[in-house]
Amino acid sequence: MSLAEAISLHVQDGDTVALEGFTHLIPFAAGQEIIRQKKKDLTAIRLTPDLIYDQMIGAGCIAKLVFSWGGNPGVGSLHRLRDALSNSWPRPLDIEEHTHAGMTNRYVAGASGLPFSVLRGYGGTDLLSKTQNISHIKSPFSDETLLAVAAINPDVTIIHAQQADRKNNVMSWGILGSSKEAVFAAKKVIVTVEEIVDEFEPHHNSVIFPEKLITALAVSPRGAWPSYASGYYERDNNQYIAWDEVSKDRENFKLWLQAEVFGRGEK
Amino acid sequence: MMTIAASRILQNEMICFVGIGIPSTSAILAKSMHAPDLFLVYESGTVNTNPQKLPLSIGDGELANRALSVVGMPDIFNYWLQPGRIDMGFLGAAQIDKFANINTTIIGTDYRNPKVRLPGAGGAPEISGACKEVVIILKHSPRAFVEKIDFITSLGFGSGPGSRKAAGLIGNGPSAVITDLGVLKPDPKSCELTLVQIHPDVTVEEVKENTSWDLKVANNLSVTAEPTQVELEKVRSLVANSRS
Repeated sequence: MSLAEAISLHVQDGDTVALEGFTHLIPFAAGQEIIRQKKKDLTAIRLTPDLIYDQMIGAGCIAKLVFSWGGNPGVGSLHRLRDALSNSWPRPLDIEEHTHAGMTNRYVAGASGLPFSVLRGYGGTDLLSKTQNISHIKSPFSDETLLAVAAINPDVTIIHAQQADRKNNVMSWGILGSSKEAVFAAKKVIVTVEEIVDEFEPHHNSVIFPEKLITALAVSPRGAWPSYASGYYERDNNQYIAWDEVSKDRENFKLWLQAEVFGRGEK
Repeated sequence: MMTIAASRILQNEMICFVGIGIPSTSAILAKSMHAPDLFLVYESGTVNTNPQKLPLSIGDGELANRALSVVGMPDIFNYWLQPGRIDMGFLGAAQIDKFANINTTIIGTDYRNPKVRLPGAGGAPEISGACKEVVIILKHSPRAFVEKIDFITSLGFGSGPGSRKAAGLIGNGPSAVITDLGVLKPDPKSCELTLVQIHPDVTVEEVKENTSWDLKVANNLSVTAEPTQVELEKVRSLVANSRS
């Protein structure tokens, strides 16, 4: 299936979507295909909404952002995110803010088919009074009060991985963040991969996603660029630095969007 | 100086939770000198990490390729951090108050319409909660060292003794705040941050001018030892290596 078909078939306006990958294997090509198809009113979930969500926010695809750290990693701020929050440009953006531990455990609950997870978290922070989907809970086995975080079950989780085999099983290695949990938590899963191989070779720290978990698979070489894909290419740090300038100004951003997203077909 | 001062407090065989920037540089520096067996855990999932150059981001390939293992985030937050396995956590901040509570969420008091939107919490609240001790690293300025922070992203000592326990935190909290001017430590009784050390060529007045609250100064104030030739060379070569 092509990436365009996968997005067209499986991402609907108003869906809750999670594009995961923690600085590594970020599904940029899939996110930009969502922009190209002008999907809208999405609730977008991601621990670290970095460049790809900044692009989707600026393009007006996202109505609500659920996250735990929103920045340009190693560089600075996300200007499209800031503009949406401060000036409702290009549309108002609602946010729901958590911690990495909280978001990870929300996926774990979703993946486990439970309504919530329990952790020692958010202790004494102002997030307790400002954010939704968290609640204190008394331990039934001790005197402790703990924190419950509501499950996340995305309509669609999208990840990028290194390889698939001929039977559509997927192999990924290196830093995975919360991708595995986001996959198991989702109702539908779209995976883009660097390439199809006849047989997987063993890799240090690899994870296999059996085809049973995957709704749609598309080959998308360099689909995580400008983030990196271990074994294939390095992070293109100049792009991250350049994004700061591109995204600072609305007009610059619109020109970038026309040239780099709408001006190009699926990569 | 911040980097070198931070590296000196890291001891061999400690398990340390590090972030990008100065914490990472300090840890790599410490590992190359007095603490070769420092065990570094990064929130991206790399366990016993041995980076040879400075990572660009928290999930850099340099970290993954030079780690004993790479695990998922539930392992990091639920199994490594939450039970109190980490000896020392490093945090940065945009604002800090005299009880070492820190803000990395917003500048301004209206959460829905802040003056400046910062990245947010990331792993910090639970790092601050569960590590045996926490070291905070940030530059000294009156805008950063404030009487009241705009948002409590991570609890230090709350409003004083007892606050951490009431909030259900198991770690001992911040043990030091390292800045470009000196080192502050919490008073053992009041938990209030007190200036205990100044860096060479820095005056107490300078530190006070850069702190918005009436900063307490320890009677036995010390001066940070000058960076050694070896420390300076190591830092410079790390930075140079990382550019290539």
